[in-house]
Amino acid sequence: MSDLIYSLSWAQPELWLAGFALAGALVGAWVKDRGAGLLSGAGCLVLIVAGVLAFQFQPRTAQTLFGGALVIDAYAGVAKALIALSAAATLWLGADHFRRTNEQRFELPVLTVLAVLGMFIMASANDLITLYVGVELQSLAAYVLAAWRRDDAKSSEAGLKYFVLGAISSGLLLFGASYIYGFTGSLRFADIAAAAPAGGVGVTFGLVLLLCGLAFKVSAAPFHMWTPDVYEGAPTPITAFFAAAPKLAALVLIGRVLYGPFAELTPQWGQVIAALAALSMAVGAVAALLQTNLKRLMAYSSIANMGFALMPLASGDPAGLTAALLYMAIYLPTTIGVFALIVALRRDGRAAEEIDDLAGLAARRPFMAALFTILMFSLAGIPPLAGFWGKWVVFMAAVRGELVWLAIVGGIAAVIAAAYYLRVLAAIWFKPGGAALQAPSATAMTVAFIGAALSFPILVLALGWLERVANTAVGASF
Amino acid sequence: MNALIEDFGPVWGFWLGVGQILAIMVMLLLTLAFILLFDRKVWAAVMMRKGPNVVGPFGLLQSFADFLKFVFKEIIIPAGANKTVFILAPLITFTLAFAAWAVVPWAPGWVIADLNVGILYLFAISSLGVYGIIMGGWASNSKYPFLGGLRSAAQMVSYEVSIGFIIITVLLLVGSMNLTDIVNHQRAGIGAWNAFAWPTVFVMFPMFVIFFISALAETNRPPFDLPEAEAELVAGYQVEYSSTPYLLFMIGEYLSIVLMCAMMSILFLGGWHAPWGPVENPFFAFGILYFKIWVCFFFFAMVKAIVPRYRYDQLMRLGWKVLLPTSLAAVALIAGWVAYGRPSLPLTGLGG
Amino acid sequence: MLAAIAFYAMAATAIVSAFAVISARNPVHSVLFLILTFFSAAGLFVLMGAEFLAMLLVVVYVGAVAVLFLFVVMMLDVDFVELRQGFLNYLPVGALVALALFAELGLVASAAGQAGAGRAALSLGGPGEVTNAEAIGRVLYTDYLLVFQLAGLILFVAMLGAIVLTLRHRPGVKRQDIAKQVGRRRSEGVELKDVRPGQGIV
Repeated sequence: MSDLIYSLSWAQPELWLAGFALAGALVGAWVKDRGAGLLSGAGCLVLIVAGVLAFQFQPRTAQTLFGGALVIDAYAGVAKALIALSAAATLWLGADHFRRTNEQRFELPVLTVLAVLGMFIMASANDLITLYVGVELQSLAAYVLAAWRRDDAKSSEAGLKYFVLGAISSGLLLFGASYIYGFTGSLRFADIAAAAPAGGVGVTFGLVLLLCGLAFKVSAAPFHMWTPDVYEGAPTPITAFFAAAPKLAALVLIGRVLYGPFAELTPQWGQVIAALAALSMAVGAVAALLQTNLKRLMAYSSIANMGFALMPLASGDPAGLTAALLYMAIYLPTTIGVFALIVALRRDGRAAEEIDDLAGLAARRPFMAALFTILMFSLAGIPPLAGFWGKWVVFMAAVRGELVWLAIVGGIAAVIAAAYYLRVLAAIWFKPGGAALQAPSATAMTVAFIGAALSFPILVLALGWLERVANTAVGASF
Repeated sequence: MNALIEDFGPVWGFWLGVGQILAIMVMLLLTLAFILLFDRKVWAAVMMRKGPNVVGPFGLLQSFADFLKFVFKEIIIPAGANKTVFILAPLITFTLAFAAWAVVPWAPGWVIADLNVGILYLFAISSLGVYGIIMGGWASNSKYPFLGGLRSAAQMVSYEVSIGFIIITVLLLVGSMNLTDIVNHQRAGIGAWNAFAWPTVFVMFPMFVIFFISALAETNRPPFDLPEAEAELVAGYQVEYSSTPYLLFMIGEYLSIVLMCAMMSILFLGGWHAPWGPVENPFFAFGILYFKIWVCFFFFAMVKAIVPRYRYDQLMRLGWKVLLPTSLAAVALIAGWVAYGRPSLPLTGLGG
Repeated sequence: MLAAIAFYAMAATAIVSAFAVISARNPVHSVLFLILTFFSAAGLFVLMGAEFLAMLLVVVYVGAVAVLFLFVVMMLDVDFVELRQGFLNYLPVGALVALALFAELGLVASAAGQAGAGRAALSLGGPGEVTNAEAIGRVLYTDYLLVFQLAGLILFVAMLGAIVLTLRHRPGVKRQDIAKQVGRRRSEGVELKDVRPGQGIV
C-alpha cells in the first residue's frame, strides 16, 4: 500500500493527464461540442502543467514505481517536458484550426491528452508490458486522430493505413517481446539486463523484432511506408502532432531499451540502428525531391530527420543518446513551426498545401515568407540557425563513436535535403504569384513565430543550457 | 465423476457417473414436459381460459402428445438453406441447454461436476446460447429468420453484461465461484439468502429483480421475445424450422429458462436450504430447490401473460442505460461494503 | 491416459479448425471455425489446470467478441468469389512468411534447448493452495496494477474512437424521451371543450 501511495506521488504528471482525459470526456458528454474550445484550452493547460511537473520534480536518483513497472528519472523528465509542450502547441493549433473549419469536437483534447499519457508511459517504461501498453495507448489515439475528418476519403485512408500497418508493427513488437521474455525469464528491464548477455540468439532475435516495431513508430526506413500517406491525409494540425511528440517518445523509448536492458549487446544492435539511420537518411532525402505536396515533403523530411536522430545512438555511447535528445529538442519546435505555417496556408476555405501554392508569398505576405525562410533554413541545417547546431552535435557524436561512414552518408543526405528545402524557398521568393491566399489565423502565426524564434536565436543562445540538461539527464539515468 | 471413480473403481464408477448424468437428463425432460403445461395453464388462467385440458386428466399428457407430433412430422430443409449450419443450430441450442446443468448442485453432494469456477461455467454456457439462434437465423437464408437472429445477438450480448455484473456482486459477497459454496453461504435461513441478507438487502434485492429482468431478455422470453416476435417477424429465427429441429429449439429454450430459474434460486434464494434454516437430507434438499425453481418459473409465466412486448429501442435503452449502470453501481457498493463495511470476516486476499 | 487423449483431441481440433478459418470459402463458416478454435483452446486451458482462464476465454471471446464478429460478417454484403480472387497470388508470399516464422521458431527452440529458456518462470501462486482466480487476482491488482489501469484507458480510447468516427447526430430524428413522457401532465395532453349539440368542434 505504501508503495502505491509513494508511486502515485511521483506519477503526478500522469495522474493529471489521466484525470483530465476522464473528466474531459465526462464534461464533453454533457456540454457536447459547444465546450470543445474551453476543453481544448484546459487540455493545453493540463499538458503544460504535466510537462512542467515532470521536468521540475525529478528525483535525484532513478525511482522505480508500481512495483518496478515504471521508472522516473531525469531522462524521462526531460523527454516528458518536451513531449507535453510540443503536444500542447499542436493541440492549440488544432483547436483553432477546427474551430475555423467547423469541425470542432470535444474529443480532440481528450484523445490528444490520452496519446500524451501513452507517450509519458513510453518515456518511463521499465518493463516490457508497460512499454507495450504505452505504445498501444499512444498509437490507438493516433489512429483515431488520423481519421479525424471522417467524411474525407484521404483522412479515412490515412487512419486505416496507419491502423493496419500499426497493428502489424505492434505484432512484431509483441513477438519480439515474447522472445525476450522467454529467454531472459523476466519482463523487468533490470532482470533482462542481467540475463540478456547469456540469452544468446533468442534475445538478439527478440531485440531485433522489438526494434522493428519501434522503428515503425519513429517512421525510420524501411518501416516508413505509412508516413507520407498519413501525413498527407490527416488534417494538418494533427499531422503536426504526429510529426513532433510521438516521434520523440518513440526515440526516447528506443534509447531507454537499448541503453538500459540491452547495454551489453551493443555490437548486435549497433549495426541495426546504423542501418536504420543510413536508410532513413537516404530514403528521406532522395524521395523528398520528387514531392509536390508540402505535407508529403515534410513527411520525407521527418523520415530523414529521424535518421539523423538515430545516427548517434548506433555508437552505444551515452554521449550518443545526449546528442539524439538534443537533436530532437531542436527539431521539434522547427517542425511544429513549419506545420503551423502549412495550417495557415488556405485559399477559399480550403487547404493550399502544394508547393506551387506558395508562389508569390514573399510579395503578398512577407512576414510569413520570412518565417518560412528561417524554419526551412533551420531544417536544412544552415548556420547559424539551431538546425545547424543540431546536425553538428549528431555528426560529432557519430564521428566520436567511430561511425565515420555513417556521418558521411548523413552529410550527403543533408546536402541533398538542402536542395528540396531550397526548392520551397525558391517558390516563395522567386516564383511569380498565383491566386491570393486567405488571411492566416493568428494562432497558427503565433505558433509558427514561436517555432521560428526558437530556431533562431533562442535555442542557439540556450544551446549550452540545453546541452547541460540533456547531459545530466542521460548521465543520471544510464 | 472423479469421486465416484475413487469410491467404486474405474469401471463401476464410470458407469455410475453416466447413470447419474442420464438420471438428471430424464428428470429435466420430465420436468420440462410439465413446466410447459404449467406455462400454458398460467397463461390461460390469466386470460380466464381453461388451457389444454383434453389429453389425459387435466391435460397432463398434452406435452407428450406435442412431443410425438413433432417427432413424427417430416423435417423440411429449405432449398436455399446452408444445410450443415441449419441442422447444427438446434443441436447446439439443445446440447448447450443440457451441458449447463452439469454444475448445478441439486442437494448436498448431488452435483455432476463440482467445478470451482462453476458460476463462470454457467455464465459461459448461457452466453453461448446465442449461437444456436444466430446460426439458425442465418442458415435459413430468409429475411425474417435473419432479422430475428441479428436481434437476438444484440439483445443477448447486451443483457449478458448486466447479468455478469450481478453475478460479480454475489461472488463478492460469498467469496467463491463454486456453486455449492454459494448455496452453503446462505444456509442460515431466509435472513442469510443473498437477496434478503441484512444490510445488503437494499442493494441485493434490486439486483435480484434486475437479474430476473435480464434473465427474461437472455432467454428471449416475453416481454423481450423480439427474436421471435410473431407480430413483426412471423416467428423470427424459427420460421423455417419444423418437426424435430423445431422441437430441439423449443426444448433448449425452455431448458435455459429453467436454468435461469435454478440460477436465481441458487444465487439469491438459498439454493436447497429452507427459509427456516439449513437442510442436510439430500432428498428434502432436492425437493426444496425443485420447488423454488417452480416458483421462479411461475413468475416467468406471469410476466409472459401480463406484460406487453417491448419495442427494440426500448429494450436496448433499458439494458444499456438503466440496468447496466445500476448493476455497475451495485458492484461498487458491494465491493466497498465487503472491503470496508463488513465486520467479522478476515480480509484474505487483500494482503500482499 | 484420459488426459492425454483429451489433449490430442483438443489440440488436433484447434489446429484443424484454425486452418479451416483461413481456408473456408464462406466467411461465416470461417467465424464458426474460429469459435471452434477458441473452444478447443479453452479446453486445453482446462487440461492445464487454468480453468479460470478457460472460462474467461469462453465468456469473453466466444460469448461476446465472436458473436459480434459473426454479426458483422453476416451483415456484410461481400462478393466471396471476388474476394477469393488473387488469394493464390499471395500464397507464395504468405507461405514464405510462414516458413520464416517456422524457421525462427525452430531456431529458437533449439537455442532454448541449449540455453534453457524461461529459467525464472513467473510464479503465480502464493504459498499453499490457491485457486487460479485468486492467484490471478493477487498479481493483477498488486504487481500489475498500473498496466491493468492503463489497459482500461486503452479500452477507453477505443470507445472514444468508435464514437468519434461513427456517431452521427442526425437532425430531425424523433427519439423517445422517457422522462418527458413520464412527466407529462393531464393538462398538457387533454383539453376540455364545451361542445354545443349539433355543431361539432370548429
